Formats: sequence, C-alpha cells, structure tokens
Amino acid sequence: MIDWIKQLPGNVIDFIGPEIIIATAKVVLVFGVLLVTTLLVIWFERRVIADMQARVGPNRWGPFGLFQTLADGIKLFFKEDFRPAAADRWTFVIAPVMAMVPAFLAFAVVPLGDHVVIAGHRVDLVMSDLNIGILYFLAVGSLGVYGVVLAGWASGSKYPLIGSIRSTAQMISYEIALGLSLVPIALVAGSLSTVDIVAAQAGTYDNIVLFGRDLNFLEGIIPHWFIVQQWPAFLIFLVAGIAETNRAPFDLPEAETELVAGYHTEYSGIRFAMFFLGEYVHVVAISAMAATLFFGGWHGWNPAFPAAIDWLRWIVPIFWFTIKTVAFVYLFVWLRATLPRLRYDRLMWVGWKRLIPGALVWIVVTAVLNSDPEEVPTSARLWVMAVVFAILLAWVWRGDPRLTALEPWRKKEVTRGTA
Amino acid sequence: MTLDSYVPILFLIVLSTLFAVASIWVSSRIGPRAPTPAKLTPYESGIVPEGGIEKQRFPVKFYLVAMLFIIFDIETVFLYPWAVAYDNLKLFGLIEMGVFIAILLAAYVYVWRRGGLEWVD
Amino acid sequence: MEAAWQEGLFFVFATVITVSAIGVVTARNVIHAALFLVATLIGAACIYILMFAEFVAWAQVLVYVGAIVVLMLFGLMLTRAPIGKYGEYDNDQKGLAAIVAAAVFGVTAWVLIDSFEGVELPTDRVAATTSKDVGEAIFSSYVLPFELVSVLLLAALVGAVVIARRDERVTSRTIDAARREKAREEDV
Repeated sequence: MIDWIKQLPGNVIDFIGPEIIIATAKVVLVFGVLLVTTLLVIWFERRVIADMQARVGPNRWGPFGLFQTLADGIKLFFKEDFRPAAADRWTFVIAPVMAMVPAFLAFAVVPLGDHVVIAGHRVDLVMSDLNIGILYFLAVGSLGVYGVVLAGWASGSKYPLIGSIRSTAQMISYEIALGLSLVPIALVAGSLSTVDIVAAQAGTYDNIVLFGRDLNFLEGIIPHWFIVQQWPAFLIFLVAGIAETNRAPFDLPEAETELVAGYHTEYSGIRFAMFFLGEYVHVVAISAMAATLFFGGWHGWNPAFPAAIDWLRWIVPIFWFTIKTVAFVYLFVWLRATLPRLRYDRLMWVGWKRLIPGALVWIVVTAVLNSDPEEVPTSARLWVMAVVFAILLAWVWRGDPRLTALEPWRKKEVTRGTA
Repeated sequence: MTLDSYVPILFLIVLSTLFAVASIWVSSRIGPRAPTPAKLTPYESGIVPEGGIEKQRFPVKFYLVAMLFIIFDIETVFLYPWAVAYDNLKLFGLIEMGVFIAILLAAYVYVWRRGGLEWVD
Repeated sequence: MEAAWQEGLFFVFATVITVSAIGVVTARNVIHAALFLVATLIGAACIYILMFAEFVAWAQVLVYVGAIVVLMLFGLMLTRAPIGKYGEYDNDQKGLAAIVAAAVFGVTAWVLIDSFEGVELPTDRVAATTSKDVGEAIFSSYVLPFELVSVLLLAALVGAVVIARRDERVTSRTIDAARREKAREEDV
C-alpha cells in the first residue's frame, strides 16, 4: 500500500506522459508570468511617465506603489458590469475575450532562453517551436482586429463604431508593413522558426571588411544580431508594431478629444480590464518579438560558469532576454510621454506611402544582397544598390508636397528663411 | 513536425479563454447590479442619443483600404515561402519574385495615381 | 496512439465546422453569420494542422480569418448592420439554392470517395511539409499559376479603385493641385 503511494507520482507521470506535463507547466508558468508582467508594466508606465512629467506617480500601495495595479484590478472586479440596452448581447460578450486571447497567443513562439534538463527531460524554454513561427505570430496578431471591430459594432453606439472602423483601418494598414518587414529576416535566417532565427544570431561578426580595409579591431565585438544588417526592416517593424498595439503616437482609436474612449467606450468594469490587459500583453509581445528577431533574443554575455553555480548558465539568457524586452517596453512608454498623436491622414500616409513601399524595396535589396555571388556579379549588385539609393534619396528629398501644402505656417517659415 | 508542438498552444487558448470568461463571471457575481434606463443608453457625452448606429454612413475609402489590405496580405503570404526557400531557388527565384512584385507595384502606383491612398480630398 | 488522437480531434473539428456552417446560413443577423464563418474557417485551419499542413493552416488564418472576413465585416458595417434580428434574408430562390448546394455536396463527395476510397493517408512525421517545401513547389512546379495570381491581384486592385473612385477626373495630381490652391488662399 505504502509502496503504491510512493510510486504514485511516477505512475501518474507515466500515465499522462512527461510531454503533457511539461507543456502544461510551460503554459501555466508563461500565462502567470505574463499576468504579473502586465501588472508591473502598467505600474512601470505610470511611474516612468510621472517621472518624465515631474510628478510622483502611484506610490501608496506596496513598495514604490508596486501593488497599485493589483489594487486597481481587484477594484474592477467589484464594479458593476452592465451592458447597454442597444448592445448586441453575445458579440458584446465575445469582443473583450477576442481582444485578450490573441495577445497571449503571440507569446507561444517567443524563445525565453536556451534549454534546461529536468530529470533527464530536455525542456526548451519556448512554449512551442513552430516551423512557421513568424507566420503564426502574424496570423495570431491579425486576429486581434476582431476584438476592436466587434466591440465597436456590438456596443450599439456611435462613437465606438466610428472608433472601431478607424482603428480597424489603422491596424490592417500597419499589419501589411509588419508582415513585409519580417520577410527579410526569414530570408536571411532561412527559416520561419523563432528558435532558428535566434540561433542564427549567435556569435559575433568576424572578418569585417569595409571598402577593402580589414577592420581587425572590431572583430569579436559586434554581436551577430540581425539589427546590424537589417536595421531598415527593424525600423519598419517597430513603427508598424507600435501602430498595431494602438499606442501613442498611433493611439487614434482612443482619441478621447473626439471619440470619448474609442471602441471600448461602452465597456466598463472587468470587461474594460480585458481590453486593457490585451493592450499591455500586446505591448510586451511586440517588445519580446523585437528582441527575439532583431536583438539576438536570449543571446548575450554568458561565460562558462564553474560547476557549483552551473545553473546560472540557463538563468543568464533569460536575464538578457528580459533586459532587452524591458528596454523596448521602456521605449513604448517613452514614446507615449514624448510624441503627440498623429493626424489620421498622416497616419495613413506613413503606413501606405512610406512603410509599405519601403518594406518592399528592402525585401528586394536583401534578396539581391543575399543572392549567389556566382550568379549575380558584384557589378550588378552595385547597380541595383545605386538605383535603389538614388530612388530613396529623390523620394526623401521630395518629401510630400501634399502635406506641406496643407501647412501654411511651414511655407511662411521657408519664405522667411530665404528672404 | 509532430502535433506535439500544438499541445501547448491548445492549452494556452483554453487557459486564456477560461481566464477571461471566469473573470467576467466572477465580476458579474460579486459586482453590484443596478441598471437604470439612463445608464443603459449609449454614451454620447451627456447628449440624449438620436437614432441608432444603422444611420451611420462611412466613406467608401475604408472599404478600399480593406480591399488593398487583402491584396497585400496575400502577397505577404507568398513572400514567406519564397524567402525561406531563397537559398535553393537561386537566380530564378529572384527573377520570379521580381516579376511578381513588379506587377503588384504597377497596381500600387495606379492606386496612388488615382488618389486611392488619399485621405483628405 | 497518435493516430487515434488525430482521428478523434478530426471529428471534433468537423463537428465545429458543420455546426458553424449551418449557423452561417441560419443566423438572423449578418454580423453573426460572419462570426460563424470565422469559426468555420478556423475549424478548417485546425484540420489542416491535423494533416501536418502547417503553412496552409496559418496562411488560412492570416488571409481568410484575418483579412477576408474582416473585409466582409467592414463592408457590412459601412453599409448597414443593425443590431438584433434584421428582416428576412430568405428569398424566392431558396429551393434552387438548396438543390445547387446538394448537387455540389454530392459531386464533391463522389469525387473524393472515388479517388481516395481505401487509400490510407500517412499520419507520420515524414509526411510533414515545411514552408521551405511549399516555397520550392510554388517556385518550380507552379510558377505559372503563381505569376497569374499576381495578375489576378492586379485586376482586383484596379477593380476596387474603379468602384471606390468613380470620377475619373479625380487623381492624386488634381487633389494635390486643389490642396495647393487652398493653402495659397489661406496664406493670403
């Protein structure tokens, strides 16, 4: 009898299978960590913005006001959760769920670190290493539109509907730029799996030759992160990513001066909290993706530790990954505190007339640069580059007359300058 | 590939949906419930709402944006397998994708010229 | 063991697809019908995953669920999508539609049974196709269809613009000129 009890855990593991147990543990852990992270990120944002505006920010609950968000969240549970009379019953219920779930799903393909060996089982520190990781990330991201579109329509109110139509148009416009900006990464890494992409960013640049000169002193210093060669793709990804999360300066969906609170005007209590949670998880997801795809993921300084503290070997990568992600979250907050909201026609102008053609041009450039040197001679590459840069220069130089024509003040400034 | 890698994703979908539904349910149990006709009317900054949402009209440009979105989305989907297989496709792949992108760019330029990307008339 | 799971899940997803497909045609509200369509498409994506066609599955989610149904929702909301039950969507051609649907079902079922009867599809990992395989197939065996797709997309784009911008005299140049004129007036 006692033997049977002793063997029970082993039997249970054998019955369910270690894979299922590992998968469950990963999911519960990541989900829990994400919830806590959201609480911390909201606190972080409020503190940082307060600091930038020379205020104090939340500082009552817990050390440095750390528990403020938790208190706010608990408060929202006790709020009245009502549905406007004009609302569509089921869609009104589904919308907040549809806004929250896809944001969490994006995390499934983010590698948080290398692997750990627990009781003889190799556990990769990624929820699931999908063969089509980037495509999964984009597909799940595209589902986020439903939360917005359904919330706006189901509320049965004018401002939410206007807000949702606007933000849907914004999200789908920038989704293309987001999708196109990751194509060069797939091309360079030769894989869509996030784990492979992180692996491709290991090590440092050796043999740096610039204009026939060998720059020996840089050897082993510059990490082999994709940001070095793919910075235009990164810029497009970042701008599109911020627009996807509906954050400042792209927070038109919540332009309170014109649309009350945008698509979630009619939502209150815990359902409103779902939209809020979704937005912040989305911010963390985009930050984590930026770190993974462009900044080497969990790669960083990780020396060989002595056997006694060998466990540091898998803690340190997680540490690097966290640092990089937090840096991007800080960037999000910083942008919100700094930049004013874009006007809608300018938002569409940036997305459609700059980011999308820019991303397409960059894909072609990356493809030409990565072609087989035997098939495409260097002179041909140089010609392509020259033409592309000529077009880009002309384009940037020209600016957009449509926008400058709308601003008499700018023209005055110019004439004053020449007079 | 095995289906193993989809087990965590399935669990994550179930867990996050359960979390959302459970939170809304708990809140509806412990929160107060005192609806009044005024509370349940659409919020329009204190003005009594006039007419429902079916009277709303939107510029057709939004539809055009959604149309453009589909086309570029399909293009993106084609670009990914091309990018991954690029090493094996060699010059042929480059030229093929060049033709594909060129045709779509022609369409893009047409839309631009016809004012399809303009937001202020 | 795995094959059994696969089969069980197939029936789960097939039920989801069937129920939501019936929902699409019986829903009394157009937006609800569109949501049922989303469920149908996601169910189909799940079946693709069960058949190891990962790329097709996620492309389906990205394009159909993330773009095409969004376009439909957009179209519905831009025109008229009232909340609650809205009129009767039935019309005189109900019977004809039923006959056509039954015929399509019959032909498809007959073709599938005729060509795959008794064939066991491999369920092991060897059958898995990666996005690399898909890319190589598109760009070697299916080049012509692929390039034709771009012409199709071109036609769709031009069509959309022609519908949305009826007035041929309005181009980005004329809009430009009008703006300059306006700015000049404001300047004075």
